[in-house]
Amino acid sequence: MISVQICNEPVSVLRRALAKKEISSVELTKLFLSRIEGIGAPLNAFITVDSERALAEARAADGRIAKGEAGALTGIPLAHKDLFCTEGVLTSCGSKMLSNFVSPYDAHVVSLLKKAGAVSLGKTNMDEFAMGSSNETSHYGPVHNPWKPGYVPGGSSGGSAAAVAARLVPIATGTDTGGSVRQPASFCGITGIKPTYGLVSRYGMVAYASSLDQGGAFGASAADCAALLSAMTGFDPRDSTSLDRPTEDYAAAIDAPVPHASRPLAGLTVGIPDEFFSEGLGDEVRAAVESALAQYRALGAATRQISLPNARLAIPAYYVIAMAEASSNLSRFDGVRYGHRTAEYADLSDLYCKSRSEGFGAEVQRRILVGTFVLSHGYYDAYYLQAQKLRRLIADDFKRAFTECDLIAGPTSPVTAWPFGAMGDDPVKMYLADIYTTPVNLAGLPGISHPCGFDSAGLPVGLQLIGNYFSEARLLAAAHHFQQSTDWHLRRPANPA
Amino acid sequence: MPLSNEQVKHLSRLARLSLPDSRLDITRNCLNSIFELIAQMQAVDTTGISPMSHPQESATRLREDVVTETDRSVAFQAVAPQTEAGLYLVPKVIE
Amino acid sequence: MSRADWETVIGLEIHAQLNTQAKIFSNASTAFGAPPNAQASAVDIALPGVLPVLNRGAVERAIRLGLALGSNIAPKSVFARKNYFYPDLPKGYQISQFELPVVQGGILTIRVGEGEEAYEKPIRLTRAHLEEDAGKSLHEDFHGMSGIDLNRAGTPLLEIVSEPDMRSSAEAVAYARALHALVCWIDICDGNMQEGSFRCDANVSVRKKGDTTLGTRREIKNLNSFRFLQQAIDFETGWQIETLEDGGQIQQSTVLFDPETGTTRMMRTKEDAHDYRYFPDPDLLPLEIGADWIEQIKASMPELPTAMKARFEHSLGLSPQDASALTSSKEVADYFQATVSAAGTAQAKRCANWVMGELAARINKAGLGISAAPISPAQLAGLILRIDDGSLSNTIARKVFEALWNGEGTSADDIIERQGLKQVTDSGAIEAIVNEVIAANPKSVEEFRAGKEKALNALVGQVMKASRGKANPAQVNELMRRKLGS
Repeated sequence: MISVQICNEPVSVLRRALAKKEISSVELTKLFLSRIEGIGAPLNAFITVDSERALAEARAADGRIAKGEAGALTGIPLAHKDLFCTEGVLTSCGSKMLSNFVSPYDAHVVSLLKKAGAVSLGKTNMDEFAMGSSNETSHYGPVHNPWKPGYVPGGSSGGSAAAVAARLVPIATGTDTGGSVRQPASFCGITGIKPTYGLVSRYGMVAYASSLDQGGAFGASAADCAALLSAMTGFDPRDSTSLDRPTEDYAAAIDAPVPHASRPLAGLTVGIPDEFFSEGLGDEVRAAVESALAQYRALGAATRQISLPNARLAIPAYYVIAMAEASSNLSRFDGVRYGHRTAEYADLSDLYCKSRSEGFGAEVQRRILVGTFVLSHGYYDAYYLQAQKLRRLIADDFKRAFTECDLIAGPTSPVTAWPFGAMGDDPVKMYLADIYTTPVNLAGLPGISHPCGFDSAGLPVGLQLIGNYFSEARLLAAAHHFQQSTDWHLRRPANPA
Repeated sequence: MPLSNEQVKHLSRLARLSLPDSRLDITRNCLNSIFELIAQMQAVDTTGISPMSHPQESATRLREDVVTETDRSVAFQAVAPQTEAGLYLVPKVIE
Repeated sequence: MSRADWETVIGLEIHAQLNTQAKIFSNASTAFGAPPNAQASAVDIALPGVLPVLNRGAVERAIRLGLALGSNIAPKSVFARKNYFYPDLPKGYQISQFELPVVQGGILTIRVGEGEEAYEKPIRLTRAHLEEDAGKSLHEDFHGMSGIDLNRAGTPLLEIVSEPDMRSSAEAVAYARALHALVCWIDICDGNMQEGSFRCDANVSVRKKGDTTLGTRREIKNLNSFRFLQQAIDFETGWQIETLEDGGQIQQSTVLFDPETGTTRMMRTKEDAHDYRYFPDPDLLPLEIGADWIEQIKASMPELPTAMKARFEHSLGLSPQDASALTSSKEVADYFQATVSAAGTAQAKRCANWVMGELAARINKAGLGISAAPISPAQLAGLILRIDDGSLSNTIARKVFEALWNGEGTSADDIIERQGLKQVTDSGAIEAIVNEVIAANPKSVEEFRAGKEKALNALVGQVMKASRGKANPAQVNELMRRKLGS
């Protein structure tokens, strides 16, 4: 007889239970599937749940475990953001455009996780083509924040974050172009990491903005993120930007012994950028983050003020670059080889225009139009090229900062989750909420968000740690030590949805 | 530099998006609000700054010249809107 | 004003498909003629989520061209996206090179015209850049629709752009031919124009002689034979001159050549043609080519036609015309060199004459490439050596050549032996025939003695006939003169 409480356990405990045959992967899979169908249903966190496939994978995992051939995640249920291509399974990107697209191939990340033995329960809801910070742009409807129905879970990987927060699945994949892993992790009170650009292959990840997109991992804790991220990274010759370097075992790295158990972060210098605590930061978020920083100091870390003077330019630079790349990346959706094709058309041009306008939602179309403009003749230098120059300034700020500190800390988002529709019709209001996450993508650095408190409405607050290139182990270890001495990551929404 | 309706129409034409006149004004207003946000960055003096088009500033990796792909056209065309005789069909292309 | 008052200015953009095994950004085959879309991989049809990775073989071929043209090989070049919608362009953009191409500058010297009129002219190259080919739209009717075959999508191309240095269709064709020969010579392109491996676009404008600014140009697209290139330029030039002389203006535009009518017509313009929104492809980092890689490729390059031509002139004593003709293609040059190496360099001139004369005529007639000729260089060399040692007259040698071509023997000696074609040089035997002919043709003898030189030819001809061609004509001539006491 298995306890329902097992759904709250970390991956390490689940692995032990599977190894000791205290529970089978089929049982675990059924447990989570029943949660998805039960308490999870009103959250709308999933676009596709494939129980049969999941159970078949679980049976195969049990077979591997029985034969002593278990990999790192064998038998552990997970979910994929619906922009990772999954062979034989709908891959919609939250768009009407791909609402009929059953991918004929697996993304590299999906293959790696299959090889590791993870059991995919399904595909999670998301902002259409990852364009949004609230999950409200999905063709499949918005996802509810498990902490408060009617509130957004963040975006664009909102479905994955909500699913993990509501324990519909222990871990889930996401992607982060301007904060799409860290911000929803923050809004849903879980942990989410975006690694260094190039660590996770983009092959099979439907592109939003190629120079910014990076796969990432969600878990309740840094330890769970470490387990998932270790299995997601790995060189892929099919991605020109995939980095050919040895994979790291982050789960082992965060458990490495420290000299002073009571002060595990002794020797670590955490930079606090002035610019992340200025105008626009909500008071309750500030308070939660500051008390978390005090906890970091208590754990032995030194904090020091630093400056990222150009960070304020990240929002315009980010949106120009992301929209430019997106306008080109989304040209392949033309109703010819896959995806939505309009029912009636007069000629080729009409087929293109109608298929695309019917297939894409308003926000996607806006971003395509802006992207088209900033690349067009006569405007390229003033917009696109200028944004690339600011990108350099922002990356240089970080370079300088990392000569003064090991990690950078601050809020993940200036605000906590907002109610559906609160941003109104003006997209810019929402863009501004990406102020702390976008600079990290522009520079290609790794970042993690972990829960560090709640606001007075009971909505979670996240703290973001930013590291230098390839410092994932250090980021995860810092968050892990924080979580060893706090319990924010153990809080669960009382009654999700 | 606010966009005119004409410019918005031209952009939607370039991007192959049909934009009915009824939605022209609201689209233009939305875009202009985005451009106001973007405009902040134009005040910055970036003389002498080299553009950074990618977070990885290294050389592209090369692939060996070998054929490893097999014919998967049947699987690929299973998701296509309209095919015949192995071809993707589109309205007549006139040059 | 007449046509002579006008000057034509031509620049060519040539797309050479590179003969790699795999495509430029995917591992699918580039082979021609597969069933529709059988060679269109996930990357080639641009499934969501797929990514390009650059083929080393395509880069190597670009470097080879750059080395052959004396161009600058860019240490760093950038792939950009050229954005436009077209059904044969699956991504909605073509990966190409824009601001920083891999090959920059260079010169190709062409030889225009024949004989006394021939002249050489250096044509400057602007650049050559790597890009991917598009698929094909098949216009057969599928219930009023077109079919799209993406097998060709992603085939590597080098777009080779010249400066507007050509002044006639003849120069343009000479340039295109020379470049065609070169890409085949350095083995980067199969040169098959029917299959579209080598396609020309011509930018044509006209101006009054003496003008220093260029006229407005029109671009003639997709000329897939040298003949069409010539016809299209000639028609276009005439049309532009007429238009201007009639007080009209030339609009910059893209036109198509119709081989049926021999005329050019405006293409339905791609509406976005003026705004491709080029930007660096964020899926690909810059291409970097180190000096060591260039050196390595340089070491593997064959001797280039210009160097070989110079060597033929200086070491083998051939005329510039002969040297030029013999280096017009790798196959011809290879054949010639093999013949010379079998016959000895002393026979170089005779080898050149035979390769460009009898052999060229015969393979043209048979519609063969020289490498497919049934006579090997060694066989031809054997024949040439028998001419040199006096065993064969040119007339008989042609017979032996014909017999070799038809496979009637394994070598010239074999055929001479079997068919008894050895030249008769025994002066006793010839003298007997000469005496007979003199006796039998008193009228010709009298005419000759009266000063009519031609009569001698008739007498010599009689001797040659009587000897069934085996007598040595020079020897007969000399003997006849002596006998007739001249």
